[in-house]
Amino acid sequence: MAAGVAAWLPFARAAAIGWMPVANLPMPVAPTEKNKRQDELIILNVSGRRFQTWRNTLDRYPDTLLGSSEKEFFYNEETKEYFFDRDPDVFRSVLNFYRTGKLHYPRYECISSYDEELAFFGIIPEIIGDCCYEEYKDRKRENAERLMDDQEDNKDSKLPNMTFRETMWRAFENPHTSTMALVFYYVTGFFIAISVITNVVETVPCGSAPNQKEVPCGERYTVAFFCMDTACVMIFTVEYLMRLFAAPSRYRFMRSVMSIIDVVAILPYYIGLVMTDNEDVSGAFVTLRVFRVFRIFKFSRHSQGLRILGYTLKSCASELGFLLFSLTMAIIIFATVMFYAEKGSSSSKFTSIPASFWYTIVTMTTLGYGDMVPKTIAGKIFGSICSLSGVLVIALPVPVIVSNFSRIYHQNQRADKRRAQKVQKARLARIRISKTGSSSAFLHSKRNGLFNEALELTQLPYKMNFSDQSSIEEEQRLSKSTSLLESQHHHLLHCLEKTTNHEFVDEQCYQQSYLEAGLQTYPSRSPSLSSQDGVTGTCCTRRSKKRHTPLPNASAQAHMHPLTHPHAHQQGLQELSTIHIQPLSTSRSSLNMRVDEPAPLNCQSGQITTAIISIPTPPATTPEGDAHPPAGPAHQNVVKVSAL
Amino acid sequence: MAPAPRSIKASVCVAHLHIITPEYHILYTDHTALLRSHQQGINSVTDDGELSTVCYRPEGLDHLMQQTNFSKKELQILYRGFKSECPSGAVNEETFKNIYSQFFPQGDSSMYAHFLFEAFDTKNNGSISFEDFVMGLSIILRGSITDKLNWAFNLYDLNKDGCITKEEMTDIMRSIYDMMGKYTYPCMKDSAPKEHADNFFRKMDKNNDGVVTIEEFLETCQKDENIMQSMHMFDNVI
Repeated sequence: MAAGVAAWLPFARAAAIGWMPVANLPMPVAPTEKNKRQDELIILNVSGRRFQTWRNTLDRYPDTLLGSSEKEFFYNEETKEYFFDRDPDVFRSVLNFYRTGKLHYPRYECISSYDEELAFFGIIPEIIGDCCYEEYKDRKRENAERLMDDQEDNKDSKLPNMTFRETMWRAFENPHTSTMALVFYYVTGFFIAISVITNVVETVPCGSAPNQKEVPCGERYTVAFFCMDTACVMIFTVEYLMRLFAAPSRYRFMRSVMSIIDVVAILPYYIGLVMTDNEDVSGAFVTLRVFRVFRIFKFSRHSQGLRILGYTLKSCASELGFLLFSLTMAIIIFATVMFYAEKGSSSSKFTSIPASFWYTIVTMTTLGYGDMVPKTIAGKIFGSICSLSGVLVIALPVPVIVSNFSRIYHQNQRADKRRAQKVQKARLARIRISKTGSSSAFLHSKRNGLFNEALELTQLPYKMNFSDQSSIEEEQRLSKSTSLLESQHHHLLHCLEKTTNHEFVDEQCYQQSYLEAGLQTYPSRSPSLSSQDGVTGTCCTRRSKKRHTPLPNASAQAHMHPLTHPHAHQQGLQELSTIHIQPLSTSRSSLNMRVDEPAPLNCQSGQITTAIISIPTPPATTPEGDAHPPAGPAHQNVVKVSAL
Repeated sequence: MAPAPRSIKASVCVAHLHIITPEYHILYTDHTALLRSHQQGINSVTDDGELSTVCYRPEGLDHLMQQTNFSKKELQILYRGFKSECPSGAVNEETFKNIYSQFFPQGDSSMYAHFLFEAFDTKNNGSISFEDFVMGLSIILRGSITDKLNWAFNLYDLNKDGCITKEEMTDIMRSIYDMMGKYTYPCMKDSAPKEHADNFFRKMDKNNDGVVTIEEFLETCQKDENIMQSMHMFDNVI
């Protein structure tokens, strides 16, 4: 329950007086404070700094250290105060949580010490208020990353049980792991460089024989270059195959960018081998050699910066795409304008709009080759507008890309935040659970034996029957299970149930009883009942025995009157469905009763049905009543009716 | 602080001095002073269009002790709780509904909270000050049985005309049943509040004239053991 709202519980309970005159049933007895303490100040001594607060303030959160009886372990008899040997600065936040219901994270605190304090005092960090939660999460993530980096460095020491395959993969991914890996790394790098230089030098015109025209070196020293190329390709192939072998997930590896680059780099050679002397495709073959330049991208395995750049461009794709689109629009507009402007002039180079594209691009990027210039006045005017706008349009993307780069750099770290979004949902779910835990707590306490109400109710008529021993035990159990606030709140909800003759259930039971009400529309009752018995849900232990079938039929009609329900058939059947339901809690006594004492139930079924029809949900008096048959059936019935 | 007579007390908090009514010590403060997430107090637009929050301060402790049946300690505890939730000193209907709904998470308690608000707000000025609050509580918790029944009658009598009609009772019942929410056992029928109201009328309305007057109400309640007993149930909540 929220901090301040706990203070209003007495008011809510007092306001329940409005239900009393309209309720038809007697109310359950209120929980009393066994040792009623006046609200007193307690002193919390945290490493010498004394904090004082009301006891009630701490009792608001009974599932924390300070709110529960756990603090008694820290009680100092001589000084009559609670002593905690913890950090007093962090304790300020903790205590403020009790006072205001909101937990704040002070920015100057170290995240680990704060976490430790929270763990000590039994407070879950998810409760941190929205004002401070993001900061807390950021710091926590940073810390975790730092620890992870440290761990990774330590992890690189040899792990004994790695297979050969795993070792190889690690060697490929991280060349610093072993000497062999380093050697391999450098060798491949060297051969990539050699291969690229070879491709370049191939096209340089070498010195030629005086009577022939200049030939590029590639044609002069064909064999040498071919050998070099073969060697490089062999090395690359071997490397690719080794990576393929070592990859933990081959399919994923084959789909990755680097492996595609590898494949593209070596394919032209093999294709060239296959179709050497075919005249038709030799032209195509030549162009294939262009792809050899992709070998330079293999360097990105060796360079971290290249990888980040690639990743940046990939992430900026949408911005770049938009940029390109707007540029295209401008180019088309200006090209059209220039074309029509220059149409009139003779010998104009602007022969068509696509031809004007070239002019527009060259002008907008301020290159200005001068191969195409406008000659008419209109053309010149529009040309100058084009170049001015070009300056603007081109100047725009540069800061965008720069800012994108820095954004993506931080986005890398914020990718974890996106993961935290899912954590955010989990966090909210956890807070919601703990906050609405009151409703489920109520249902939970109802299901778990209702010792509270049972005790209170039985204390009046049954005080003489309880031995002192058992009553004390029960009371101890009572005080342990729920805090006073909770029990008062539950009592309030219980009064509401009594007023309205309905019970709170959770969604599952509701669905089930809803379905059952639907099942009960069939006139033949026994098969549906048998099926109903089969549907004994574990959530709702309110299923009864078949033997009540014959009786309710007659008595149901007779006893319908007190509630004056409309006698619709459906209605009647729904009532009957409630008759079959005998409210039982999962207390031990009730289970015993169900198993061992079918007969007494049967003979009292007359009264039971009466009682049940008029009010369908009597709580746990039944187990108590049946647990003490010597108390007298008359007494039992009285109890039942009065409780109902 | 000595109990002040109910005359005008000119205590000015900050520069914005506007109207000070004789009944309460109303202090107009700067709006930045009091900002709680779910409680704004009474926001009123002053003459120059600024939003200011109104801060109520109750009468002295002794005065309240005379007017109610609470002891000094009880009043202190009550006020501490009240003030922590409503620092401006008065609670408006929205906040009231919010607070009340926290106790009934499964259902919709807004209607009943509205009726309660009407019952507590005896002066009908749209807000409950601490005095209203504590007077109401005094009747409920420390009053005689007749006082309590009177208070309950006043709660049910929505238009405060001295008698409860069937429609009023049905409204009240519906609001109570709404607090149960959807997931109830047995399934909540739409006619349940109406039937319950009819039942109530059958019990209370002796002369069958269609309304329940205060005399009929008192008479019937005093004869019913259950009601008598349950009226005393919450006497020791404070």
